[in-house]
Amino acid sequence: MERLIFEYSEPGRRAVGLPRCDEQMESDPRLNRYVDNRLTPLPEVSEQDVMRHYVSLSTLNYHVDKGMYPLGSCTMKYNPKVNETAARLEGFSHVHPYSADEDIQGLLALMFDLEKELKVITGMDKFTFQPSAGAQGELAGIKIFRKYFDLKGEKRTKIIVPDSAHGTNPATSAMAGFDVITIPSNRQGGVDLSALEEAMTEEVAGLMLTNPNTLGLFDKNILKIAAIVHEKGGLLYYDGANLNACMGLSRPGDMGFDIVHLNLHKTFSTPHGGGGPGSGPIGVKEHLKAFLPVPVVEKKGRRYYLDYSLEKSIGKLHGFFGNIGVVVKAYVYVKKLGTLGLREASRMACLNANYLQKKLRKKYHLEYDRLCKHEFVLSGAKFKKYGVRTLDIAKRMLDYGVHAPTVYFPLIVDEALMIEPTETESKQTLDRFVDIMTAIAEEARKNPDLLHEAPLTTPVSRLDEAAAVKEPDLVYKGDL
Amino acid sequence: MPYTPHTEDDIRQMLDFLGYDSVDKLFKDIPAKARFKKERLLQPGISELEVMTLMKELSAKNKTVDDYVCFMGGGAYDRFIPAAVDHILSRPEFYTAYTPYQPEVSQGTLQHIYEFQTMIARIYGMEVANASMYDGASALAEAAIMALHTTKRKKLLISSTVNPYWIRVVESYLYGFDTEIVMIDEKGGETDYEDLAGKLDDRTAAVLLQYPNALGIVEELQKVRDRITDAKTLFIVMADPVASVFIKKPGDCGADIVVGEGQQLGIPLSFGGPYLGLFTFREKFIRQAPGRIIGMTKDRNGKRGFVMTYQTREQHIRREKATSNICTNQGLMTVAAAVYLSLMGKAGLREVAEQSHKKAYYLYRQLTALPGIEASYPDKPFVNEFSVTVKGDAGALKAYLKKKHFLAGILLEHQYPGKKNELLIAVTEKRTRDEMDAFVRECASFLKEGGKK
Repeated sequence: MERLIFEYSEPGRRAVGLPRCDEQMESDPRLNRYVDNRLTPLPEVSEQDVMRHYVSLSTLNYHVDKGMYPLGSCTMKYNPKVNETAARLEGFSHVHPYSADEDIQGLLALMFDLEKELKVITGMDKFTFQPSAGAQGELAGIKIFRKYFDLKGEKRTKIIVPDSAHGTNPATSAMAGFDVITIPSNRQGGVDLSALEEAMTEEVAGLMLTNPNTLGLFDKNILKIAAIVHEKGGLLYYDGANLNACMGLSRPGDMGFDIVHLNLHKTFSTPHGGGGPGSGPIGVKEHLKAFLPVPVVEKKGRRYYLDYSLEKSIGKLHGFFGNIGVVVKAYVYVKKLGTLGLREASRMACLNANYLQKKLRKKYHLEYDRLCKHEFVLSGAKFKKYGVRTLDIAKRMLDYGVHAPTVYFPLIVDEALMIEPTETESKQTLDRFVDIMTAIAEEARKNPDLLHEAPLTTPVSRLDEAAAVKEPDLVYKGDL
Repeated sequence: MPYTPHTEDDIRQMLDFLGYDSVDKLFKDIPAKARFKKERLLQPGISELEVMTLMKELSAKNKTVDDYVCFMGGGAYDRFIPAAVDHILSRPEFYTAYTPYQPEVSQGTLQHIYEFQTMIARIYGMEVANASMYDGASALAEAAIMALHTTKRKKLLISSTVNPYWIRVVESYLYGFDTEIVMIDEKGGETDYEDLAGKLDDRTAAVLLQYPNALGIVEELQKVRDRITDAKTLFIVMADPVASVFIKKPGDCGADIVVGEGQQLGIPLSFGGPYLGLFTFREKFIRQAPGRIIGMTKDRNGKRGFVMTYQTREQHIRREKATSNICTNQGLMTVAAAVYLSLMGKAGLREVAEQSHKKAYYLYRQLTALPGIEASYPDKPFVNEFSVTVKGDAGALKAYLKKKHFLAGILLEHQYPGKKNELLIAVTEKRTRDEMDAFVRECASFLKEGGKK
């Protein structure tokens, strides 16, 4: 096991020096009584210690550049390297957020142009890049719900969320003070229309939905769903986590959605960074433009500027303008592929998913057996009789050198394994994946203990999560 | 341009297996009215070579802090970043990894975050840190929500000396909650402690302060702590992490939750993001805390390992009862911060803070010696950011200095309409005496001309 950085520390060791400070420069005597004379116990290490430590740690990680990541709803596609190179250009990375508009014309032009492309892909009318991740995009969207009805003088207290929704949907609704109504899915895995009609009253602000849904199934009733919500004066929110299924093929704007968020770190190839930074821009239809967080990017003549004047704005969700470094990477992706290339990406993502679904549906169990879009959900329930759970299957996959899928989600499938291959995996990789899943299914029957013990080849074996709560050790307590 | 690996032969074989004659058939379940048919709106892509040309052109249309001498701060600072930081950030093992949901193959990320949590908790003098929030402003908003949940109260007191943009984020986060936000007055550049005392009551969930505040001034945290007599009311401080290794730590002054903007810890300015929300708190509040928390534990063979812990607080388990909706946070930025802190180390980070202070104090003295410029808050101490009042048009001075290649600072009037002709100036360790002397000379020259340049 790699040592902690603190365990490298030796008193007096330094990695970095600063230019000498002019001797004549002294401290403000007024500050003396606030100064803490103790040094903060941080590591004392050399640059080489730091490099060795982090390189050692890095080797313990699985990542996209190492192998396949079939994580449903997470869209772990390949992250093109040119994204990284471009985002590091100093004209993007060394710009102060309080710069005057005249000094950031390139950045504003980029944001304006990316917004234009996203409008084409989504069918929405105006975007903001302020939300830092999908969940913050949802928060922006749901605050817009709230303000929209407040200004209309309508008291709507509830939001409808299907039982197949991402956990962020109900959590976000609660963060805007809404009560959550969960409605069941129908037998095709879509929204149950009669349940929706019953729930959709004039106390309901609207519906949060992803389409295709978390089963990877396109909801054929989407236009009816939109009509039911709109008829009662409600709004429709699109969770963009699954947009990778339908870029250039079907647009949330045309489906009837009023607000969408996108996950640039999923659909638009920016890296996940071990859990961020992401970027969750939201787009709205014309009638909700004035509610967006400020500022938004506008253009007058040939000049781009930041516009703070939206009179109904929900305010601000970020100290500045969002994770713009991530936005730059997504822009590179969109320009390189073009909107035609984005459509091709979605087509290949769905081809890959359907291919895997058909290859695996008999070896595991496929609850909702129909054409899928970019992902599908298998069940590991049939291995229960051997004492094998989905978790065991997932852990065994790690031994075979692939990342585990999303497990136990969505909640409506027993022992769920949610698989999203993305468009960047080749047929040959998918075939190897099928071989692995076949071998594991075989092992589950013949040697269930092997799966219980898995993973056996990873840097650590299964970890005691209960002990981590019972005896919390959340920070290093040693002296430095 | 090539992105998907499929050959024509691959596609044909896969379709044959599926029993379809074209990829289009995979979308036949999309109702006709929901299909996108405006083919003409779709454009082809361009090559990597052309993309880089375009990106260089766009990049060249922006002015960087290196095109000027930067005295601009206000929550984002032009600091030195050692080369090793970006070398580590560029490792795909870190930047192309997912959230560590499978701990057996994520020990690099998990152990690193445990170390990050340790360093951030130590900087603020607090017990626990989480694995990050989006930025300082959203961290402050989440702290406010955590206090409302913890105390089950509805009133928040926010000092007027907290950055107004960040207050706006707090307000946006709280919109829709039944919360009463009461502002505490500013007096002479700092929180009016008597006004605070008058507004505190047994309905107050929390008091929110910034340290040093949005005017650069070091607030008297102890005075605030002493005035909070109700045992349930929480004390939330949004603290500068660099200043916190130099002046008294907010944790040592009795704060219950300390948050901050972590951009200064090895993260480039990047036009405002991605930055890093720091979030620390007393351990007793852990079940109300937002975001991921990493803990140390053991594997089946007794080997040390790390996991995401207390997950029952989070949205993927608790759904509408979660403490926050946050999922993806600023993972890679925590790598930048932890590598930066390891490289600067115990003595180095202190030196960054002290040098910045000494340089700021030097510039402060030179500037306020000029006729026509005076200290806005002459009796108040600051660390590395201070406000001066220009006798005359501060906007014109700023514009003049820009022509001379200085980013002179921030006109406070934009955020505080009453603060006419006040210029907030930040100084970091990167500034040299020559740069500051030249800056002062240009100010003098402008003022001598009666501000007519």
